[in-house]
Amino acid sequence: MPFVTASTQRGPYDVIIVGSGAGGGQTAYTLCMEGVRVLLLEAGREYSPAHETPMFQTPDMAPLGGSVTPDKNFGFYDATVDGGWEVPGEPYVTVPDRWGGHFTWWRARMLGGRTNHWGRISLRNGPYDFKPHSRDGLGFDWPITYEDVAPYYDKVEMLVGVYGGDESRENTPAGPGDTLLPPPPPLVSDHLFMQRAPKLGITVLPGRRAVLTRAQDHRTIPGKLHPGNPRAQRILAEAMRNRSACLWATPCGRGCAVGANYQSTTVHLPPALATGNLDIITHAMVYEVTLDKQGRATGVRFVDAATGRHEHASARIVVLGASACETARILLNSKSSLFPNGLANSSGLVGRYILDTVGSSVVGQIPLLESLPPLNENAAGGLQVYAPWWLYQEQLAHKVSFPRGYHIEYGGGKVVPSVYTFQGLEWLTGGSYGRKLKQDARRYYGSFVGFDGRGAMVPNENCYVELDPVVKDRFGIPAPRFHWQWGEYEQRQAAHMQETFGALIEAMGGRLQSPVVTDPVKAISPGGNMIHEVGGAIMGENARSSVTNRWSQTWDVPNLFVADGGVFAYNADKNPTLTIMALAWRMSDHILQRMRRREI
Amino acid sequence: MTDRRTTIKLIVAAAAGVPALRAGAAGMLVPGAAVPGELRHYVPLMSGYGPDPNLVKAYEKGAFWPLTLNPQQRQLTTVLADLIIPADEHSPSASAAGAVDFIDEWISAPYPQQRRDRLTVLNGFVWLDGAAQLRARQPFATLEEAQQHALCDRVCDASRAPADLQEPARFFALFRNLTVAAFYTTEAGRKDLHYLGNVPLKHFDGPPVELLRKLGLDQGFPSAGENE
Repeated sequence: MPFVTASTQRGPYDVIIVGSGAGGGQTAYTLCMEGVRVLLLEAGREYSPAHETPMFQTPDMAPLGGSVTPDKNFGFYDATVDGGWEVPGEPYVTVPDRWGGHFTWWRARMLGGRTNHWGRISLRNGPYDFKPHSRDGLGFDWPITYEDVAPYYDKVEMLVGVYGGDESRENTPAGPGDTLLPPPPPLVSDHLFMQRAPKLGITVLPGRRAVLTRAQDHRTIPGKLHPGNPRAQRILAEAMRNRSACLWATPCGRGCAVGANYQSTTVHLPPALATGNLDIITHAMVYEVTLDKQGRATGVRFVDAATGRHEHASARIVVLGASACETARILLNSKSSLFPNGLANSSGLVGRYILDTVGSSVVGQIPLLESLPPLNENAAGGLQVYAPWWLYQEQLAHKVSFPRGYHIEYGGGKVVPSVYTFQGLEWLTGGSYGRKLKQDARRYYGSFVGFDGRGAMVPNENCYVELDPVVKDRFGIPAPRFHWQWGEYEQRQAAHMQETFGALIEAMGGRLQSPVVTDPVKAISPGGNMIHEVGGAIMGENARSSVTNRWSQTWDVPNLFVADGGVFAYNADKNPTLTIMALAWRMSDHILQRMRRREI
Repeated sequence: MTDRRTTIKLIVAAAAGVPALRAGAAGMLVPGAAVPGELRHYVPLMSGYGPDPNLVKAYEKGAFWPLTLNPQQRQLTTVLADLIIPADEHSPSASAAGAVDFIDEWISAPYPQQRRDRLTVLNGFVWLDGAAQLRARQPFATLEEAQQHALCDRVCDASRAPADLQEPARFFALFRNLTVAAFYTTEAGRKDLHYLGNVPLKHFDGPPVELLRKLGLDQGFPSAGENE
């Protein structure tokens, strides 16, 4: 029985992992496959994609047509359980920036965390992204290079299953050629983008997402990922056979009952559980890492959210993968005489340099795409194509007013009609109703395209999380207090996105309901809105300037590691999840080596 | 305005797990070390479906909260929804596709957006019947269709409606949004649009080449270096 409780844990455990998302899930997978005894603590409830995913349910089967409500912030069918921008009983505090903007914090309280509803966009950081300071003098270099992480990108892509093109571009690397699945064919609207974007110097490439466009190669991949470990190979082959290829239907944000996309609950946890080396306690809200007299971690304290009881679990090694801000909160709350300012915080940098992704969006209407014949355009559920950043050399020559780039996420097509599909069409229809409105709906259905810019953020001193001096959550744990200020670079980048998207829509013969937003302050989405928050336990070359070393190990406590986005020294424009998994795997390999040498 | 002491008391109550803070209380000022912050705290409404509903079940309208429109209001909803989405040679009318229950569920829902929409819709109903009474001494629902159209034409586009009809125009825009939301999320609406998705496929082939050729979009991905 791998799901245990505080009183039925089957210690001693080698490693405790806090959090079951991308970082915690990957760590549990890698360690358990190598025979390490792991206890995984998840703050939310158990969750089964196979049984709980609304695969073919249509909006009319949901209350309010499945629309967004305060209970379900991304709509009724979004996979998120007990979460969203606010979690019942778990308040947070945000200090407004100088323009009145607020940081927002998305959480999920479920096994697999936010990987269950994730957009599955899986881009590798490039060589520049690991050494940004060396390139333009801003922010921090990581203590590792692209070459250090590339083998782990290869492994993660093979394990989770990522589709994409195998062509590399400047700072936009692809693996050695056999790590990616074939990309889905582009839709009509994608072809229009591919044809017109080059007029602006923008190249369109196949998208990259963690969706199985065909069944995984369960015969060769396990041998590549676990050489010399026949048992792990057998378990992984079985887990891969249990996943189906994409059905080319139903939105990925609901999760996937047939395992055709990556969620920790589909990819990482089932094989880890099959090893017999993993125990999981759900409803375990961790609030403190405990220490011995020598300052080594001995385990964690947590509240059983179901009973309210305070519990303790112990192990040789503690890995925090609770999400960047939650991990910082646990460290800051782990105060002791040895660490009066919070654990692993001798640098004073725990909770500092929180980063998100710059976001800005524009929707256009394209006459060429009106009244197209019937087409099934569900495809792989999004991002058949995208455009990587294209102005690296211009930035190097200071011809661009901001130093770091963005990529363009693009989408159109005849998606399943939702409550929102035909809202506010007056700008096109002149307020039609009656038979004319039905004709207008047929005409305009599938003629809208959306551009989402996703851009890099330079770390700044004004973005950090601390413990609120007053507010506590329902468990009595101090609530986090967020501080946020976008820099001018990010704001200018967002305005550039708006101008670019306006020009792209024009190049596609399209029109806009209202002009693009050229005011940099207004063009940018609030901090946290992209749900890409990383940093707070940044990785660096020495204990003064960082919280963790090149192995995601805290400088101050040798048997304490960080497996989530907390270790990011920089947030490139590449969506962070793939990198979180690659770094967690790399960290886990390091833990295995050190354990085998009895060093920790 | 809540004073600082009350605010702190509320926060302490929240911290103790007492549901003293309603959803609307989020955003209050919280004193901090240097700068006050805003509290983000959510207490689910008892009458909502909560943050962990069963997602695989199909729900009838009114499954979570009672429908509240009276028979006269439902009749008016039927008539107006069918003026907006009438039956034609391709598909049934909005009411035949279930729009009345959808709209009733919407404006009966406990969430803030829907409560605001409820006011707009019910006030709009009063305006509509009042205007019909003025014009023809009968409620809107029993007017001749031409008379109904004449009234709707005055408010169907807020950008053209006179200043004194801006509020009814906002009502009409909302009601039209609700009607199309109701209709196009049903099987009848999807069929009308020839929506072909949401069925499992063995493979996905993309659009037919003839269509791409006809649209002049059959070049594929630009080859490497084409932009240099």
